[in-house]
Amino acid sequence: MTSSQMPGTALDPTILSLPRVGRLHLGRWVSATLVLLALAFVVKAFAEGDIAWKVVGQFFTAPAILGGLANTVIMTVCAMALGIALGVIFAIMAMSPNAVMRGSAAFYIWFFRGTPLILQLLIWFNLALVFPTIGIPGLFSARTIDLIGPFMATLLGLGINQGAYTAEVVRSGILSVDHGQVEAAKAIGMTRLTTLRRIVLPQSMRVIIPPVGNEVVSMVKLTSIASVIQFSEILRNAQTIYYANARVIELLIVAAGWYLIVVSILSLGQVVLERHFAKGRAGAGARNG
Amino acid sequence: MVEASANRPMVQALSLTKRFGNLAALDSVSLDVAPGEVVCIIGPSGSGKSTLLRCINQLERIDGGAIWVDGELAGFRRTSDRLIELTDKEIARQRLASGMVFQRFNLFGHMTALQNVIEGPVTVLKQPRATATAEAERLLARVGLAEKRGAYPSELSGGQQQRVAIARALAMKPRLMLFDEPTSALDPELVGEVLAVMRDLAKSGMTMIVVTHELGFAREVADRVVFMDQGRLIEQGPPAQVLSAPEHPRTRDFIAAVLP
Repeated sequence: MTSSQMPGTALDPTILSLPRVGRLHLGRWVSATLVLLALAFVVKAFAEGDIAWKVVGQFFTAPAILGGLANTVIMTVCAMALGIALGVIFAIMAMSPNAVMRGSAAFYIWFFRGTPLILQLLIWFNLALVFPTIGIPGLFSARTIDLIGPFMATLLGLGINQGAYTAEVVRSGILSVDHGQVEAAKAIGMTRLTTLRRIVLPQSMRVIIPPVGNEVVSMVKLTSIASVIQFSEILRNAQTIYYANARVIELLIVAAGWYLIVVSILSLGQVVLERHFAKGRAGAGARNG
Repeated sequence: MVEASANRPMVQALSLTKRFGNLAALDSVSLDVAPGEVVCIIGPSGSGKSTLLRCINQLERIDGGAIWVDGELAGFRRTSDRLIELTDKEIARQRLASGMVFQRFNLFGHMTALQNVIEGPVTVLKQPRATATAEAERLLARVGLAEKRGAYPSELSGGQQQRVAIARALAMKPRLMLFDEPTSALDPELVGEVLAVMRDLAKSGMTMIVVTHELGFAREVADRVVFMDQGRLIEQGPPAQVLSAPEHPRTRDFIAAVLP
């Protein structure tokens, strides 16, 4: 049999040698052109606008800006750590067989999700008005005003508020783990808490990390509202500088640049974490999230 | 034959009752299992056979009756005039007497085969990792999976997962093995490899209670077959008797329906 002929058909074999030409995709060309035009317009506007780019470059690494940046990053890490710790604790409480535990967790989530964050920050900052001293009777006592300064008030406000949101994320993560895993852990003699720590929480990470990563990104930017209680994060320091030199937009661009850099680095970290916790799942990996 | 033995029973269940809402999943069930004995529990779905197994290692709380495992009262501490419920930690310790194999394997999905097997010995029994690993490798070899030590459950077939699950249970050195329909979730061609491991385990003298639909396995390996229906223990005896010449009409109907 010759290879160029198909037996028993009248098909034209020359079709196999014809060149193939792709579709035109006119819509894609038009939309791309429109977007590029718009982009060029924005770039041109900023380039011709009254922005002293030299000032931007000059203040980008100014000590006050870098100090504020450090405070922003430190606050993000501390508040998020507090938020995650509280979130895990309250998620476990919310799923406890003990009704008092469940009730307390529900109240915590209800209260801190139900009031504005800026209001909570103001309450923490002004706590000294209500409780001039705080402490454990007989053990120690301190003046509230010494204990809760701008840093502590911001940490408590952001961390405790974050915990209420993270609790719900952790709870849904725990619910995503098959109950058979819990039974298998019990069957090899694990207690409830060991089961959570060794079996359930590691497997719930896959579900928990994408939304928590999202919340870390929010947290970086939320720290800026602590400027209202005089916490010297990057935005507040930028404001302090432009009150003096009147370079408002330049300093805001500096702050925006730093926020974008920090958030970009964190997003890369999230990808790495998601890959790590996807282990053991066939075909999982970067696809998740 | 059980009574003739000088050994105390490995499992003694006395008038067990378990309710789910209005349904009596177990209705006054009593059962003794001698050390080294292999008991197969058969019966239609919903007959309470899995519930009985889960009560023995306290995955279910019983509503009435009592269970002793290797002479120890399960779930309660007895004082002169009352039974005091044990704590989570004490119940976890009691569960060490038995190993359990589940219908759906329930391997820990974030751990490799080897990590699954050493998890109990390292985390619960506080064995040194090296000791646990050596023992786990021996157990994985015993179930024919030495080369799969680094595989995650999602990379293993159902039969392989179930064999790892058996190794995981054995790593805790249980005195009793409980099998809850271990081959029901398997493709037909994978049933044999799991039954072979269980046959081998029975030969080694392990006390086993097996809830199963594999009547062939029960006939070949069991010392005793127990038939349950609607939460009650209907009939029990040597496999030849219960499977080939059942006395009770309900046993007869069930076996006629299951056997082709």
